[in-house]
Amino acid sequence: MSDQPAIKTENLGRIYKIRGAKRGEARQRVALADVNLEVPRGELFGLLGPNGAGKTTLIKILTTLLAPSTGRAFVAGYDVARQPQEVRPRINMVSGGESSGYGLLTVRENLWMFGQFYGLDTKTTYARIDELLQIVGLADRARTKTSDLSTGLRQKMNIVRGFLTDPEVIFLDEPTLGLDVGASRDIRHFVRRWMDDRPSRTVLLTTHYMVEADELCDRVAIINNGRVLACDSPANLKRRLQREAIFKLEVSPLRNGALAAFEQLPGVRKVVHSPQDGRSELDLILEADEALGNVVTALNTHGAHILNLQKREPTLEDVFVDLVGMSMTEAEKAGEQELMGG
Amino acid sequence: MSTLLTTRPPDRGWRLFVRTIVARAYPRLIGQQREKVWIFFETFLPFLATVGYIYVYRAIQAPEDYIGFVVMGGAMTAFWLNVIWAMASQLYWEKESGNLALYIMAPNSLMAILLGMALGGMLATCLRALVITVLGTLLFGISFAVSSYFQLFAVFVLTMAALYGLGMLLASLFLLWGREAWQIATALQEPVYFISGFYFPVKSFGFAVALAASVLPLTLGMDAMRQLVFASGPSLGFLSVEIEIAILSMLAVVFIAAAKFWLDFMERKAIEEGTLTDRRR
Repeated sequence: MSDQPAIKTENLGRIYKIRGAKRGEARQRVALADVNLEVPRGELFGLLGPNGAGKTTLIKILTTLLAPSTGRAFVAGYDVARQPQEVRPRINMVSGGESSGYGLLTVRENLWMFGQFYGLDTKTTYARIDELLQIVGLADRARTKTSDLSTGLRQKMNIVRGFLTDPEVIFLDEPTLGLDVGASRDIRHFVRRWMDDRPSRTVLLTTHYMVEADELCDRVAIINNGRVLACDSPANLKRRLQREAIFKLEVSPLRNGALAAFEQLPGVRKVVHSPQDGRSELDLILEADEALGNVVTALNTHGAHILNLQKREPTLEDVFVDLVGMSMTEAEKAGEQELMGG
Repeated sequence: MSTLLTTRPPDRGWRLFVRTIVARAYPRLIGQQREKVWIFFETFLPFLATVGYIYVYRAIQAPEDYIGFVVMGGAMTAFWLNVIWAMASQLYWEKESGNLALYIMAPNSLMAILLGMALGGMLATCLRALVITVLGTLLFGISFAVSSYFQLFAVFVLTMAALYGLGMLLASLFLLWGREAWQIATALQEPVYFISGFYFPVKSFGFAVALAASVLPLTLGMDAMRQLVFASGPSLGFLSVEIEIAILSMLAVVFIAAAKFWLDFMERKAIEEGTLTDRRR
């Protein structure tokens, strides 16, 4: 099976029934639709999308925790729905903010316990635990009770738990969620190093941090509303926007209606507005530099003053905006409203 | 990361099954050592209820063996509390903490996880039961007249197997009921104290009610142990020890098999519906 891709999905879909739906309300929700992906062995593959986009659903299917409603999925060459017993020894998963294990046990004891569930002998388990704790900088806390760890340290322990079994494919579901900059950087560094150590290892990473995806991933699939909108290397995805001009503006607070007016201006493809304390931030995707003049004129018309203006290179966030028509934050809000029936 | 590259293949099959049992039993055993205050609350407080019954029996001048009956009931209470609170509702708490998803995703068997919980809980509770028995014996001068140590051991082991089998079955069923788990546990606690005859011979109920109560392993387990341990036990016994051993054996097999069936069913259903691993559902 080593010649098979690490992950493959064919028209994969998942529909959730909504319990207790009232008359007139939707009785089901499409979490994934027609997802076709192929991840070769040795790739660090990213799934990028807002909360509720379908990333976790996809991971649950690939880790045998959830059955697909349509289509098929394969991990390490095995069908996740029909051959889960073949898939499970070859994979592991770490989720952001997970509170696995038992607070009364020490870090080392918790990790030993999870190692046993994968059939590792005790000597090997302890050797791996000590080595991995050293790498993530948690060696001095090996005998600390898990309940006494901070969020960041606990997540480092979770990371060690996932990598302890040396899986062929590891699923990292928002692994740096809620962590500070330093802890996130340590985890990204560790993941990259683990990949570099053996070329056949595969990581599927879900994140809604664009920088994380950009920094780590060989390829990225952008997903929204359960559908894969684009799949390519971060560089190629950003190249799609190379012809556009992207500006970041800081202006005095905008009046109501100004934003809609900007989007109607000739040469303006997309405007993303992020209100800040006492000012507004605008991310502009323009067809060409010349369109900036129209925007500046319109800002003056609406009584806004430019505080800062910067031309910048496209990011994956811009790619998302270009594909979805709204920022990741806006897409999350739209998704929440849809769930609430708004 | 050199160690990761140079290891023997992980265990599979029965070896993995045994490893999982031992690993999941470990937190139960070690947890008790880490939080010694639990031993006090789970031993001393139930013992107070036992002492209350002893003084009632003394006040009405009941036969002295009744004091022994009550102490044994008090000791067995610890096992029932462990089954209902730390076994039956445990998978539900595991789901809430996110452990359940990791257990399912691992190549081990969920049945081994449940057996590990049962074994750990049983061994940890033995200490509490022993403390209650020793305290009761020393404080109230109970005299034992064991007629067969072999049968006593067999009855105890079979009672534990059937009782924790029932706990495993309840653990699978509680997953189905979700958030009401702790309410169900509360609802089950006191009726079982009563119907199993924790503090009196179950024969007092009459044949039909005692027979119905025999579906709970503790009923026949305690009845048989009392018959084997106290001089007046046989005259107060519900059925003969041999029959009770046979029924306890059947109960152990039935409960453990039913637990396996339900666990497989729940896992299948949960994977189809997406309910088991999502804390919001």
